[in-house]
Amino acid sequence: MSNIYRTKQSRRAGVLLIAPAVVFVGLFTLVPFLVMIWVSFHNWSLITPPKWVGLKNFEKAFSDRQFWISLTFTLKYTALLTPILMIGGYLIALLVAQNTPLRRVMRTVVFTPVVIGLGASSLLWYWLFATDAGLINKVLLDLGLISERVIWLGTDATRSNLAVIASITWKVIGFGMILFVAAIQSIDGEIIEASKIDGASFWQRVWHIILPLTLKTVLLVTLVSVIGSLLAFDQFYIMTAGQPRNQTATSVFYVYLNSFPYLKLGYGAALSLILAGIVLVFTVAQMMLSRRAQG
Amino acid sequence: MTLVAKGLVVPQDRGWRIGRGLPYLLAAVMVLICLLMVLPLVAAFLASLKTPAEAAAVPPTYLPHSLSLDSYQRLWAYQAGMPVYLWNSFATAMLTIAFTLALGIPAGFALARFPLPMKEGLFVLLLLALIVPYQALLTPTFLMFAKLGLTNSVLGLAIIHTAIQFPFSIYILRNGFESIPIELEEAAVIDGCTPFQILLRIALPMLMPAVVTVSLFAFITSWNEFLGALVMMSKQDSFTLPLILAAARTETSLGGTDWGMLQAGVMISIIPCVAIYLLLQKYYVAGLTKGAVK
Repeated sequence: MSNIYRTKQSRRAGVLLIAPAVVFVGLFTLVPFLVMIWVSFHNWSLITPPKWVGLKNFEKAFSDRQFWISLTFTLKYTALLTPILMIGGYLIALLVAQNTPLRRVMRTVVFTPVVIGLGASSLLWYWLFATDAGLINKVLLDLGLISERVIWLGTDATRSNLAVIASITWKVIGFGMILFVAAIQSIDGEIIEASKIDGASFWQRVWHIILPLTLKTVLLVTLVSVIGSLLAFDQFYIMTAGQPRNQTATSVFYVYLNSFPYLKLGYGAALSLILAGIVLVFTVAQMMLSRRAQG
Repeated sequence: MTLVAKGLVVPQDRGWRIGRGLPYLLAAVMVLICLLMVLPLVAAFLASLKTPAEAAAVPPTYLPHSLSLDSYQRLWAYQAGMPVYLWNSFATAMLTIAFTLALGIPAGFALARFPLPMKEGLFVLLLLALIVPYQALLTPTFLMFAKLGLTNSVLGLAIIHTAIQFPFSIYILRNGFESIPIELEEAAVIDGCTPFQILLRIALPMLMPAVVTVSLFAFITSWNEFLGALVMMSKQDSFTLPLILAAARTETSLGGTDWGMLQAGVMISIIPCVAIYLLLQKYYVAGLTKGAVK
Protein backbone atom coordinates (compact mmCIF):
# COMPACT_ATOMS: atom_id res chain seq x y z
CA MET A 1 0.00 0.00 0.00
CA SER A 2 1.42 3.30 -1.04
CA ASN A 3 1.43 6.41 1.14
CA ILE A 4 -0.54 8.56 -1.24
CA TYR A 5 -3.79 6.82 -0.36
CA ARG A 6 -3.13 6.81 3.36
CA THR A 7 -4.56 10.24 4.14
CA LYS A 8 -7.79 10.72 6.03
CA GLN A 9 -9.40 12.16 2.92
CA SER A 10 -8.61 9.09 0.86
CA ARG A 11 -9.85 6.79 3.60
CA ARG A 12 -13.26 8.41 3.07
CA ALA A 13 -12.86 8.25 -0.70
CA GLY A 14 -12.13 4.53 -0.47
CA VAL A 15 -15.30 3.86 1.47
CA LEU A 16 -17.33 5.92 -0.99
CA LEU A 17 -15.83 4.04 -3.92
CA ILE A 18 -16.61 0.59 -2.59
CA ALA A 19 -19.98 1.41 -1.00
CA PRO A 20 -22.20 0.97 -4.11
CA ALA A 21 -20.77 -2.49 -4.80
CA VAL A 22 -21.19 -3.56 -1.18
CA VAL A 23 -24.80 -2.34 -1.14
CA PHE A 24 -25.47 -4.14 -4.43
CA VAL A 25 -24.08 -7.48 -3.29
CA GLY A 26 -25.74 -7.05 0.09
CA LEU A 27 -29.15 -6.46 -1.50
CA PHE A 28 -29.04 -8.97 -4.32
CA THR A 29 -26.90 -11.81 -2.98
CA LEU A 30 -26.71 -11.61 0.83
CA VAL A 31 -30.37 -10.70 1.46
CA PRO A 32 -31.71 -13.45 -0.85
CA PHE A 33 -29.40 -15.89 0.91
CA LEU A 34 -30.78 -14.93 4.33
CA VAL A 35 -34.35 -14.97 3.01
CA MET A 36 -33.72 -18.44 1.62
CA ILE A 37 -32.62 -19.72 5.02
CA TRP A 38 -35.74 -18.18 6.58
CA VAL A 39 -38.07 -19.59 3.90
CA SER A 40 -36.54 -23.07 4.25
CA PHE A 41 -38.02 -23.30 7.78
CA HIS A 42 -41.53 -22.54 6.50
CA ASN A 43 -44.28 -24.01 4.40
CA TRP A 44 -45.26 -21.43 1.86
CA SER A 45 -47.20 -21.55 -1.39
CA LEU A 46 -47.48 -17.79 -2.05
CA ILE A 47 -51.28 -18.05 -1.73
CA THR A 48 -51.32 -18.84 2.00
CA PRO A 49 -49.09 -17.02 4.51
CA PRO A 50 -45.82 -18.78 5.42
CA LYS A 51 -46.13 -21.28 8.27
CA TRP A 52 -43.21 -22.21 10.55
CA VAL A 53 -42.36 -25.91 10.26
CA GLY A 54 -38.84 -26.02 11.72
CA LEU A 55 -36.63 -28.65 10.10
CA LYS A 56 -39.54 -30.53 8.48
CA ASN A 57 -38.52 -29.49 4.95
CA PHE A 58 -35.04 -30.93 5.43
CA GLU A 59 -36.39 -34.15 6.93
CA LYS A 60 -38.78 -34.42 4.02
CA ALA A 61 -35.92 -34.14 1.52
CA PHE A 62 -34.18 -37.20 2.94
CA SER A 63 -37.25 -39.38 2.56
CA ASP A 64 -38.21 -37.86 -0.80
CA ARG A 65 -37.56 -40.46 -3.49
CA GLN A 66 -37.41 -37.94 -6.31
CA PHE A 67 -34.82 -35.87 -4.42
CA TRP A 68 -32.51 -38.90 -4.33
CA ILE A 69 -33.23 -39.77 -7.95
CA SER A 70 -32.30 -36.23 -8.97
CA LEU A 71 -29.19 -36.13 -6.82
CA THR A 72 -27.99 -39.55 -7.98
CA PHE A 73 -28.64 -38.65 -11.58
CA THR A 74 -26.71 -35.38 -11.20
CA LEU A 75 -23.78 -37.22 -9.62
CA LYS A 76 -23.84 -39.84 -12.38
CA TYR A 77 -23.83 -37.10 -15.01
CA THR A 78 -20.92 -35.35 -13.25
CA ALA A 79 -18.94 -38.56 -12.79
CA LEU A 80 -19.28 -39.51 -16.46
CA LEU A 81 -18.73 -36.06 -17.93
CA THR A 82 -15.78 -34.82 -15.87
CA PRO A 83 -13.18 -37.42 -16.93
CA ILE A 84 -14.21 -37.05 -20.58
CA LEU A 85 -13.76 -33.28 -20.41
CA MET A 86 -10.50 -33.37 -18.47
CA ILE A 87 -8.72 -36.20 -20.30
CA GLY A 88 -10.09 -35.17 -23.69
CA GLY A 89 -9.30 -31.52 -23.05
CA TYR A 90 -5.78 -32.35 -21.91
CA LEU A 91 -5.05 -34.57 -24.90
CA ILE A 92 -6.24 -31.87 -27.29
CA ALA A 93 -4.17 -29.33 -25.36
CA LEU A 94 -1.05 -31.50 -25.81
CA LEU A 95 -1.84 -31.68 -29.49
CA VAL A 96 -2.22 -27.92 -30.00
CA ALA A 97 0.03 -26.37 -27.33
CA GLN A 98 2.71 -25.34 -29.84
CA ASN A 99 2.18 -22.02 -31.60
CA THR A 100 1.94 -23.07 -35.24
CA PRO A 101 -0.72 -21.56 -37.54
CA LEU A 102 -2.68 -24.82 -37.86
CA ARG A 103 -2.67 -25.30 -34.08
CA ARG A 104 -3.79 -21.73 -33.47
CA VAL A 105 -6.72 -22.23 -35.83
CA MET A 106 -7.60 -25.49 -34.12
CA ARG A 107 -7.58 -23.84 -30.68
CA THR A 108 -10.01 -21.22 -31.97
CA VAL A 109 -12.23 -23.85 -33.57
CA VAL A 110 -12.35 -26.11 -30.51
CA PHE A 111 -12.99 -23.15 -28.22
CA THR A 112 -15.79 -21.55 -30.28
CA PRO A 113 -18.68 -23.61 -28.81
CA VAL A 114 -17.66 -22.43 -25.33
CA VAL A 115 -18.79 -18.89 -26.10
CA ILE A 116 -22.20 -19.79 -27.50
CA GLY A 117 -25.12 -20.17 -25.16
CA LEU A 118 -25.93 -23.42 -23.42
CA GLY A 119 -29.53 -22.85 -24.47
CA ALA A 120 -28.57 -22.46 -28.12
CA SER A 121 -26.23 -25.46 -28.10
CA SER A 122 -28.88 -27.58 -26.37
CA LEU A 123 -31.46 -26.64 -29.01
CA LEU A 124 -28.95 -27.48 -31.72
CA TRP A 125 -28.28 -30.91 -30.22
CA TYR A 126 -31.97 -31.44 -29.45
CA TRP A 127 -32.42 -31.35 -33.19
CA LEU A 128 -29.31 -33.45 -34.01
CA PHE A 129 -30.54 -36.15 -31.60
CA ALA A 130 -34.17 -35.96 -32.78
CA THR A 131 -35.47 -39.42 -33.65
CA ASP A 132 -36.93 -38.75 -37.10
CA ALA A 133 -35.54 -35.47 -38.37
CA GLY A 134 -32.21 -35.64 -36.54
CA LEU A 135 -28.92 -35.98 -38.37
CA ILE A 136 -27.27 -38.29 -35.84
CA ASN A 137 -29.66 -41.15 -36.55
CA LYS A 138 -29.28 -40.41 -40.26
CA VAL A 139 -25.47 -40.59 -40.08
CA LEU A 140 -25.48 -43.74 -37.95
CA LEU A 141 -27.98 -45.43 -40.31
CA ASP A 142 -25.97 -44.44 -43.39
CA LEU A 143 -22.80 -45.79 -41.80
CA GLY A 144 -24.62 -48.99 -40.93
CA LEU A 145 -23.89 -48.62 -37.21
CA ILE A 146 -27.57 -48.93 -36.29
CA SER A 147 -30.33 -50.73 -38.11
CA GLU A 148 -33.26 -48.59 -37.01
CA ARG A 149 -33.69 -45.10 -35.57
CA VAL A 150 -32.77 -44.73 -31.93
CA ILE A 151 -34.95 -42.67 -29.61
CA TRP A 152 -32.14 -40.79 -27.92
CA LEU A 153 -33.94 -38.32 -25.72
CA GLY A 154 -36.66 -38.67 -23.15
CA THR A 155 -37.45 -42.41 -23.10
CA ASP A 156 -34.42 -43.93 -21.43
CA ALA A 157 -32.55 -42.10 -18.68
CA THR A 158 -29.10 -43.54 -19.47
CA ARG A 159 -29.40 -42.98 -23.20
CA SER A 160 -30.65 -39.43 -22.61
CA ASN A 161 -27.76 -38.83 -20.26
CA LEU A 162 -25.24 -40.02 -22.85
CA ALA A 163 -26.78 -37.81 -25.53
CA VAL A 164 -26.61 -34.76 -23.26
CA ILE A 165 -23.04 -35.64 -22.28
CA ALA A 166 -22.08 -35.79 -25.97
CA SER A 167 -23.56 -32.34 -26.52
CA ILE A 168 -21.88 -30.85 -23.45
CA THR A 169 -18.54 -32.40 -24.41
CA TRP A 170 -18.80 -30.60 -27.73
CA LYS A 171 -19.85 -27.42 -25.97
CA VAL A 172 -17.22 -27.14 -23.23
CA ILE A 173 -14.21 -29.32 -24.04
CA GLY A 174 -12.47 -26.18 -25.31
CA PHE A 175 -12.71 -24.56 -21.88
CA GLY A 176 -10.29 -27.01 -20.27
CA MET A 177 -8.19 -27.15 -23.42
CA ILE A 178 -7.51 -23.41 -23.51
CA LEU A 179 -6.50 -23.33 -19.83
CA PHE A 180 -4.35 -26.45 -20.19
CA VAL A 181 -2.62 -24.91 -23.21
CA ALA A 182 -1.87 -21.78 -21.17
CA ALA A 183 -0.44 -23.94 -18.36
CA ILE A 184 1.64 -26.09 -20.72
CA GLN A 185 3.01 -23.02 -22.49
CA SER A 186 4.09 -21.49 -19.20
CA ILE A 187 6.46 -24.42 -18.51
CA ASP A 188 10.08 -23.35 -18.77
CA GLY A 189 11.31 -24.43 -22.22
CA GLU A 190 14.72 -25.39 -20.84
CA ILE A 191 13.23 -28.19 -18.77
CA ILE A 192 11.64 -29.65 -21.88
CA GLU A 193 14.87 -29.26 -23.86
CA ALA A 194 16.88 -30.96 -21.11
CA SER A 195 14.50 -33.92 -21.10
CA LYS A 196 14.78 -34.22 -24.88
CA ILE A 197 18.57 -34.30 -24.62
CA ASP A 198 18.23 -37.01 -21.99
CA GLY A 199 16.30 -39.02 -24.56
CA ALA A 200 12.88 -38.99 -22.92
CA SER A 201 10.05 -39.98 -25.25
CA PHE A 202 7.06 -37.73 -25.76
CA TRP A 203 4.84 -39.69 -23.38
CA GLN A 204 7.59 -39.89 -20.77
CA ARG A 205 7.89 -36.12 -20.97
CA VAL A 206 4.12 -35.75 -20.60
CA TRP A 207 3.93 -38.11 -17.64
CA HIS A 208 7.03 -37.04 -15.72
CA ILE A 209 7.32 -33.35 -16.56
CA ILE A 210 4.34 -31.70 -18.24
CA LEU A 211 1.58 -33.29 -16.19
CA PRO A 212 3.18 -32.71 -12.77
CA LEU A 213 3.98 -29.09 -13.67
CA THR A 214 0.40 -28.39 -14.79
CA LEU A 215 -1.29 -30.45 -12.10
CA LYS A 216 -2.58 -27.42 -10.21
CA THR A 217 -4.37 -26.14 -13.29
CA VAL A 218 -5.78 -29.60 -13.95
CA LEU A 219 -7.16 -29.80 -10.42
CA LEU A 220 -8.62 -26.29 -10.56
CA VAL A 221 -10.28 -26.87 -13.93
CA THR A 222 -11.61 -30.20 -12.64
CA LEU A 223 -13.21 -28.45 -9.67
CA VAL A 224 -14.70 -25.68 -11.83
CA SER A 225 -16.05 -28.35 -14.16
CA VAL A 226 -17.49 -30.48 -11.34
CA ILE A 227 -19.25 -27.44 -9.84
CA GLY A 228 -20.69 -26.59 -13.24
CA SER A 229 -21.96 -30.15 -13.73
CA LEU A 230 -23.50 -30.34 -10.26
CA LEU A 231 -25.49 -27.22 -11.15
CA ALA A 232 -26.59 -28.46 -14.59
CA PHE A 233 -30.03 -27.36 -15.70
CA ASP A 234 -30.42 -25.75 -19.16
CA GLN A 235 -29.27 -28.76 -21.17
CA PHE A 236 -31.71 -31.14 -19.44
CA TYR A 237 -34.60 -28.67 -19.37
CA ILE A 238 -34.26 -28.22 -23.12
CA MET A 239 -33.13 -31.64 -24.33
CA THR A 240 -35.07 -34.04 -22.10
CA ALA A 241 -37.45 -31.84 -20.07
CA GLY A 242 -36.59 -34.23 -17.21
CA GLN A 243 -38.20 -37.16 -19.02
CA PRO A 244 -38.79 -40.04 -18.64
CA ARG A 245 -40.77 -39.48 -15.42
CA ASN A 246 -38.34 -36.90 -13.99
CA GLN A 247 -35.52 -39.46 -14.14
CA THR A 248 -33.32 -36.97 -15.95
CA ALA A 249 -34.34 -34.00 -13.79
CA THR A 250 -31.08 -32.76 -12.23
CA SER A 251 -30.88 -31.33 -8.71
CA VAL A 252 -31.28 -27.75 -9.90
CA PHE A 253 -34.14 -28.95 -12.10
CA TYR A 254 -35.89 -30.46 -9.06
CA VAL A 255 -35.37 -27.28 -7.05
CA TYR A 256 -36.85 -25.34 -9.94
CA LEU A 257 -39.84 -27.70 -10.21
CA ASN A 258 -40.62 -27.41 -6.51
CA SER A 259 -40.17 -23.68 -6.31
CA PHE A 260 -41.97 -22.56 -9.42
CA PRO A 261 -44.42 -24.88 -11.10
CA TYR A 262 -45.32 -26.59 -7.77
CA LEU A 263 -44.95 -23.39 -5.66
CA LYS A 264 -43.58 -25.30 -2.66
CA LEU A 265 -41.33 -22.39 -1.80
CA GLY A 266 -40.20 -23.62 1.61
CA TYR A 267 -39.31 -27.06 0.32
CA GLY A 268 -37.59 -25.57 -2.71
CA ALA A 269 -35.50 -23.35 -0.44
CA ALA A 270 -34.50 -26.30 1.76
CA LEU A 271 -33.43 -28.25 -1.34
CA SER A 272 -31.48 -25.20 -2.53
CA LEU A 273 -29.60 -25.07 0.75
CA ILE A 274 -28.73 -28.76 0.61
CA LEU A 275 -27.49 -28.36 -2.95
CA ALA A 276 -25.54 -25.21 -2.05
CA GLY A 277 -23.93 -27.16 0.79
CA ILE A 278 -22.80 -29.94 -1.55
CA VAL A 279 -21.39 -27.46 -4.05
CA LEU A 280 -19.68 -25.53 -1.24
CA VAL A 281 -17.37 -28.47 -0.53
CA PHE A 282 -15.96 -28.18 -4.04
CA THR A 283 -15.89 -24.39 -3.97
CA VAL A 284 -13.89 -24.34 -0.74
CA ALA A 285 -11.46 -26.88 -2.21
CA GLN A 286 -11.12 -24.66 -5.27
CA MET A 287 -10.50 -21.54 -3.20
CA MET A 288 -7.90 -23.20 -1.00
CA LEU A 289 -6.10 -24.57 -4.02
CA SER A 290 -6.11 -21.28 -5.92
CA ARG A 291 -4.90 -19.38 -2.87
CA ARG A 292 -1.98 -21.77 -2.72
CA ALA A 293 -1.43 -21.28 -6.44
CA GLN A 294 -1.01 -17.54 -5.90
CA GLY A 295 0.95 -17.52 -2.70
CA MET B 1 10.28 -46.70 -17.84
CA THR B 2 9.02 -50.20 -18.48
CA LEU B 3 7.10 -48.92 -21.47
CA VAL B 4 10.38 -48.33 -23.24
CA ALA B 5 11.59 -51.81 -22.36
CA LYS B 6 8.42 -53.31 -23.75
CA GLY B 7 8.94 -51.36 -26.92
CA LEU B 8 5.67 -49.51 -26.49
CA VAL B 9 7.47 -46.20 -26.41
CA VAL B 10 10.12 -45.76 -29.03
CA PRO B 11 13.46 -44.29 -27.99
CA GLN B 12 14.60 -41.15 -29.74
CA ASP B 13 16.72 -42.62 -32.56
CA ARG B 14 14.11 -45.12 -33.72
CA GLY B 15 11.50 -42.44 -33.15
CA TRP B 16 12.81 -40.50 -36.12
CA ARG B 17 12.02 -43.27 -38.53
CA ILE B 18 8.48 -43.76 -37.30
CA GLY B 19 8.25 -40.05 -36.66
CA ARG B 20 8.38 -39.24 -40.34
CA GLY B 21 4.74 -40.18 -40.74
CA LEU B 22 3.76 -38.75 -37.41
CA PRO B 23 3.20 -35.12 -38.44
CA TYR B 24 0.70 -36.32 -41.06
CA LEU B 25 -1.08 -38.50 -38.54
CA LEU B 26 -1.29 -35.64 -36.06
CA ALA B 27 -2.52 -33.28 -38.77
CA ALA B 28 -5.18 -35.81 -39.71
CA VAL B 29 -6.31 -36.11 -36.08
CA MET B 30 -6.46 -32.33 -35.79
CA VAL B 31 -8.50 -31.97 -38.96
CA LEU B 32 -10.88 -34.68 -37.74
CA ILE B 33 -11.42 -32.96 -34.38
CA CYS B 34 -11.95 -29.62 -36.10
CA LEU B 35 -14.56 -31.23 -38.36
CA LEU B 36 -16.36 -32.71 -35.35
CA MET B 37 -16.46 -29.27 -33.76
CA VAL B 38 -17.56 -27.39 -36.86
CA LEU B 39 -20.01 -29.82 -38.48
CA PRO B 40 -22.85 -29.38 -35.95
CA LEU B 41 -22.76 -25.63 -36.55
CA VAL B 42 -22.62 -26.09 -40.32
CA ALA B 43 -25.50 -28.56 -40.16
CA ALA B 44 -27.62 -26.14 -38.14
CA PHE B 45 -26.82 -23.32 -40.56
CA LEU B 46 -27.77 -25.46 -43.56
CA ALA B 47 -30.95 -26.63 -41.83
CA SER B 48 -31.94 -23.02 -41.25
CA LEU B 49 -31.72 -22.44 -45.02
CA LYS B 50 -33.88 -25.40 -46.03
CA THR B 51 -37.45 -24.96 -47.20
CA PRO B 52 -40.04 -25.80 -44.50
CA ALA B 53 -40.91 -29.10 -46.19
CA GLU B 54 -37.28 -30.14 -46.48
CA ALA B 55 -36.46 -29.07 -42.90
CA ALA B 56 -39.22 -31.39 -41.69
CA ALA B 57 -38.21 -34.26 -43.98
CA VAL B 58 -37.77 -37.75 -42.56
CA PRO B 59 -35.05 -38.88 -42.98
CA PRO B 60 -33.33 -35.49 -43.06
CA THR B 61 -31.18 -34.38 -45.99
CA TYR B 62 -27.52 -33.49 -45.51
CA LEU B 63 -27.44 -30.56 -47.92
CA PRO B 64 -30.39 -28.32 -48.76
CA HIS B 65 -31.82 -29.02 -52.22
CA SER B 66 -32.85 -25.42 -52.54
CA LEU B 67 -32.05 -22.43 -50.40
CA SER B 68 -34.77 -20.47 -48.69
CA LEU B 69 -34.99 -17.77 -46.06
CA ASP B 70 -38.45 -18.98 -45.10
CA SER B 71 -37.32 -20.19 -41.69
CA TYR B 72 -35.88 -16.79 -40.84
CA GLN B 73 -39.10 -15.10 -41.96
CA ARG B 74 -41.21 -17.38 -39.77
CA LEU B 75 -38.83 -16.80 -36.89
CA TRP B 76 -38.90 -13.03 -37.39
CA ALA B 77 -42.69 -13.00 -37.07
CA TYR B 78 -42.87 -15.64 -34.33
CA GLN B 79 -45.21 -14.66 -31.46
CA ALA B 80 -44.48 -11.04 -30.48
CA GLY B 81 -41.84 -10.89 -33.23
CA MET B 82 -38.11 -11.39 -33.05
CA PRO B 83 -37.31 -7.65 -32.66
CA VAL B 84 -39.02 -7.71 -29.25
CA TYR B 85 -36.97 -10.65 -28.01
CA LEU B 86 -33.73 -9.42 -29.54
CA TRP B 87 -34.31 -6.08 -27.87
CA ASN B 88 -34.99 -7.70 -24.48
CA SER B 89 -31.79 -9.73 -24.72
CA PHE B 90 -29.76 -6.79 -26.00
CA ALA B 91 -31.10 -4.33 -23.40
CA THR B 92 -30.46 -6.80 -20.58
CA ALA B 93 -26.90 -7.39 -21.78
CA MET B 94 -26.16 -3.66 -22.12
CA LEU B 95 -27.58 -2.90 -18.66
CA THR B 96 -25.53 -5.78 -17.26
CA ILE B 97 -22.34 -4.30 -18.73
CA ALA B 98 -23.29 -0.83 -17.43
CA PHE B 99 -24.00 -2.07 -13.88
CA THR B 100 -20.89 -4.24 -13.85
CA LEU B 101 -18.62 -1.35 -14.81
CA ALA B 102 -20.37 1.31 -12.71
CA LEU B 103 -20.12 -0.83 -9.57
CA GLY B 104 -17.00 -2.82 -10.34
CA ILE B 105 -14.54 -0.12 -11.42
CA PRO B 106 -14.81 2.03 -8.25
CA ALA B 107 -14.84 -1.07 -6.05
CA GLY B 108 -11.84 -2.57 -7.83
CA PHE B 109 -9.97 0.74 -7.43
CA ALA B 110 -10.83 0.90 -3.73
CA LEU B 111 -9.72 -2.69 -3.12
CA ALA B 112 -6.47 -2.25 -5.03
CA ARG B 113 -5.36 1.07 -3.59
CA PHE B 114 -7.22 2.32 -0.51
CA PRO B 115 -6.98 1.48 3.17
CA LEU B 116 -10.44 0.14 4.00
CA PRO B 117 -11.96 -0.98 7.26
CA MET B 118 -12.40 -4.80 7.28
CA LYS B 119 -10.92 -5.05 3.79
CA GLU B 120 -10.65 -8.86 3.73
CA GLY B 121 -14.25 -9.16 4.88
CA LEU B 122 -15.48 -6.77 2.21
CA PHE B 123 -13.62 -8.68 -0.48
CA VAL B 124 -15.16 -11.95 0.65
CA LEU B 125 -18.61 -10.33 0.70
CA LEU B 126 -18.13 -9.15 -2.88
CA LEU B 127 -17.19 -12.71 -3.86
CA LEU B 128 -20.22 -14.16 -2.04
CA ALA B 129 -21.86 -15.25 -5.29
CA LEU B 130 -18.97 -17.70 -5.72
CA ILE B 131 -19.86 -19.40 -2.48
CA VAL B 132 -23.65 -19.43 -2.93
CA PRO B 133 -24.46 -20.35 -6.52
CA TYR B 134 -27.19 -18.17 -8.00
CA GLN B 135 -29.13 -21.25 -9.07
CA ALA B 136 -29.78 -21.81 -5.36
CA LEU B 137 -30.87 -18.21 -4.76
CA LEU B 138 -33.54 -17.89 -7.41
CA THR B 139 -36.53 -18.57 -5.17
CA PRO B 140 -35.83 -15.78 -2.65
CA THR B 141 -34.68 -13.45 -5.42
CA PHE B 142 -37.92 -14.07 -7.25
CA LEU B 143 -39.97 -13.32 -4.11
CA MET B 144 -38.03 -10.13 -3.55
CA PHE B 145 -38.29 -9.01 -7.17
CA ALA B 146 -42.01 -9.74 -7.23
CA LYS B 147 -42.41 -7.30 -4.31
CA LEU B 148 -40.21 -4.69 -5.97
CA GLY B 149 -41.92 -5.01 -9.35
CA LEU B 150 -38.69 -6.23 -10.94
CA THR B 151 -40.05 -9.44 -12.46
CA ASN B 152 -40.74 -9.31 -16.19
CA SER B 153 -38.32 -6.41 -16.43
CA VAL B 154 -34.99 -6.22 -18.22
CA LEU B 155 -33.76 -4.10 -15.32
CA GLY B 156 -34.42 -6.90 -12.83
CA LEU B 157 -32.85 -9.52 -15.07
CA ALA B 158 -29.79 -7.32 -15.62
CA ILE B 159 -29.40 -7.05 -11.84
CA ILE B 160 -29.34 -10.86 -11.60
CA HIS B 161 -26.87 -11.17 -14.45
CA THR B 162 -24.62 -8.53 -12.85
CA ALA B 163 -24.75 -10.41 -9.56
CA ILE B 164 -23.87 -13.73 -11.26
CA GLN B 165 -20.87 -12.19 -12.96
CA PHE B 166 -19.79 -9.95 -10.07
CA PRO B 167 -17.08 -12.06 -8.39
CA PHE B 168 -15.31 -12.50 -11.73
CA SER B 169 -15.67 -8.80 -12.58
CA ILE B 170 -14.37 -7.58 -9.23
CA TYR B 171 -11.47 -9.97 -9.32
CA ILE B 172 -10.35 -8.96 -12.82
CA LEU B 173 -10.83 -5.23 -12.20
CA ARG B 174 -9.00 -5.25 -8.87
CA ASN B 175 -6.06 -7.10 -10.42
CA GLY B 176 -6.19 -4.68 -13.35
CA PHE B 177 -5.72 -1.72 -11.01
CA GLU B 178 -2.99 -3.51 -9.09
CA SER B 179 -1.01 -4.05 -12.28
CA ILE B 180 -0.89 -0.30 -13.02
CA PRO B 181 2.39 1.23 -11.77
CA ILE B 182 1.51 3.41 -8.80
CA GLU B 183 4.19 6.00 -9.65
CA LEU B 184 1.83 7.60 -12.16
CA GLU B 185 -0.76 8.12 -9.47
CA GLU B 186 1.83 9.48 -7.06
CA ALA B 187 2.84 12.08 -9.64
CA ALA B 188 -0.83 13.00 -10.10
CA VAL B 189 -1.27 13.50 -6.35
CA ILE B 190 1.71 15.84 -6.28
CA ASP B 191 0.04 17.77 -9.09
CA GLY B 192 -2.99 18.13 -6.85
CA CYS B 193 -5.43 15.54 -8.29
CA THR B 194 -8.16 14.13 -6.04
CA PRO B 195 -8.66 10.33 -5.92
CA PHE B 196 -11.67 10.61 -8.25
CA GLN B 197 -9.66 12.61 -10.78
CA ILE B 198 -6.89 10.03 -10.59
CA LEU B 199 -9.38 7.25 -11.24
CA LEU B 200 -10.91 8.94 -14.27
CA ARG B 201 -7.85 10.53 -15.86
CA ILE B 202 -4.91 8.29 -14.94
CA ALA B 203 -6.03 4.80 -13.94
CA LEU B 204 -9.07 4.22 -16.15
CA PRO B 205 -7.30 4.70 -19.50
CA MET B 206 -4.71 2.15 -18.42
CA LEU B 207 -7.38 -0.24 -17.19
CA MET B 208 -8.89 -0.68 -20.65
CA PRO B 209 -7.85 -4.34 -21.19
CA ALA B 210 -9.54 -5.34 -17.92
CA VAL B 211 -12.63 -3.28 -18.81
CA VAL B 212 -12.90 -4.98 -22.19
CA THR B 213 -12.49 -8.43 -20.63
CA VAL B 214 -15.12 -7.78 -17.97
CA SER B 215 -17.59 -6.28 -20.47
CA LEU B 216 -17.08 -9.17 -22.86
CA PHE B 217 -17.84 -11.76 -20.17
CA ALA B 218 -20.80 -9.73 -18.91
CA PHE B 219 -22.24 -9.64 -22.42
CA ILE B 220 -21.77 -13.34 -23.11
CA THR B 221 -23.16 -14.34 -19.70
CA SER B 222 -26.20 -12.12 -20.02
CA TRP B 223 -26.96 -12.91 -23.66
CA ASN B 224 -26.89 -16.64 -22.98
CA GLU B 225 -28.26 -16.92 -19.44
CA PHE B 226 -31.31 -19.16 -19.25
CA LEU B 227 -32.50 -20.23 -15.80
CA GLY B 228 -32.67 -16.77 -14.23
CA ALA B 229 -34.63 -15.48 -17.20
CA LEU B 230 -36.90 -18.53 -17.09
CA VAL B 231 -37.77 -17.77 -13.46
CA MET B 232 -38.06 -13.99 -13.71
CA MET B 233 -39.74 -13.53 -17.08
CA SER B 234 -43.19 -15.09 -17.17
CA LYS B 235 -44.92 -12.72 -19.62
CA GLN B 236 -44.17 -13.75 -23.13
CA ASP B 237 -43.34 -10.27 -24.39
CA SER B 238 -40.62 -9.97 -21.76
CA PHE B 239 -38.89 -13.18 -22.90
CA THR B 240 -35.25 -13.05 -23.87
CA LEU B 241 -33.91 -14.84 -26.93
CA PRO B 242 -33.02 -18.15 -25.19
CA LEU B 243 -36.50 -18.29 -23.62
CA ILE B 244 -38.46 -17.75 -26.79
CA LEU B 245 -36.28 -20.29 -28.62
CA ALA B 246 -36.86 -22.88 -25.90
CA ALA B 247 -40.57 -22.15 -26.19
CA ALA B 248 -40.39 -22.49 -29.99
CA ARG B 249 -39.04 -26.01 -29.51
CA THR B 250 -42.62 -27.19 -29.09
CA GLU B 251 -43.88 -25.12 -32.02
CA THR B 252 -45.08 -27.30 -34.86
CA SER B 253 -45.11 -26.87 -38.59
CA LEU B 254 -46.52 -29.49 -40.95
CA GLY B 255 -47.38 -31.62 -37.94
CA GLY B 256 -43.89 -31.82 -36.42
CA THR B 257 -41.45 -29.55 -34.63
CA ASP B 258 -40.48 -26.58 -36.80
CA TRP B 259 -36.82 -27.59 -37.07
CA GLY B 260 -35.94 -25.03 -39.70
CA MET B 261 -37.17 -22.13 -37.60
CA LEU B 262 -35.50 -23.55 -34.49
CA GLN B 263 -32.11 -23.74 -36.18
CA ALA B 264 -32.60 -20.24 -37.61
CA GLY B 265 -33.07 -19.15 -33.99
CA VAL B 266 -29.93 -21.01 -32.92
CA MET B 267 -28.01 -19.15 -35.63
CA ILE B 268 -29.37 -15.73 -34.60
CA SER B 269 -28.50 -16.50 -31.01
CA ILE B 270 -24.91 -17.65 -31.56
CA ILE B 271 -23.77 -15.18 -34.22
CA PRO B 272 -23.17 -12.22 -31.85
CA CYS B 273 -21.23 -14.41 -29.40
CA VAL B 274 -19.03 -16.00 -32.03
CA ALA B 275 -18.42 -12.65 -33.77
CA ILE B 276 -17.44 -10.91 -30.54
CA TYR B 277 -15.25 -13.83 -29.53
CA LEU B 278 -13.39 -13.86 -32.85
CA LEU B 279 -12.86 -10.09 -32.64
CA LEU B 280 -11.78 -9.99 -28.99
CA GLN B 281 -10.24 -13.44 -28.62
CA LYS B 282 -7.18 -12.06 -26.81
CA TYR B 283 -9.31 -10.54 -24.05
CA TYR B 284 -11.44 -13.63 -23.75
CA VAL B 285 -8.50 -15.94 -23.22
CA ALA B 286 -6.90 -13.42 -20.83
CA GLY B 287 -10.09 -13.35 -18.78
CA LEU B 288 -10.21 -17.14 -18.59
CA THR B 289 -6.60 -17.64 -17.59
CA LYS B 290 -6.64 -14.80 -15.07
CA GLY B 291 -10.10 -15.14 -13.64
CA ALA B 292 -11.81 -18.45 -14.19
CA VAL B 293 -9.49 -20.77 -12.35
CA LYS B 294 -7.56 -18.53 -10.03
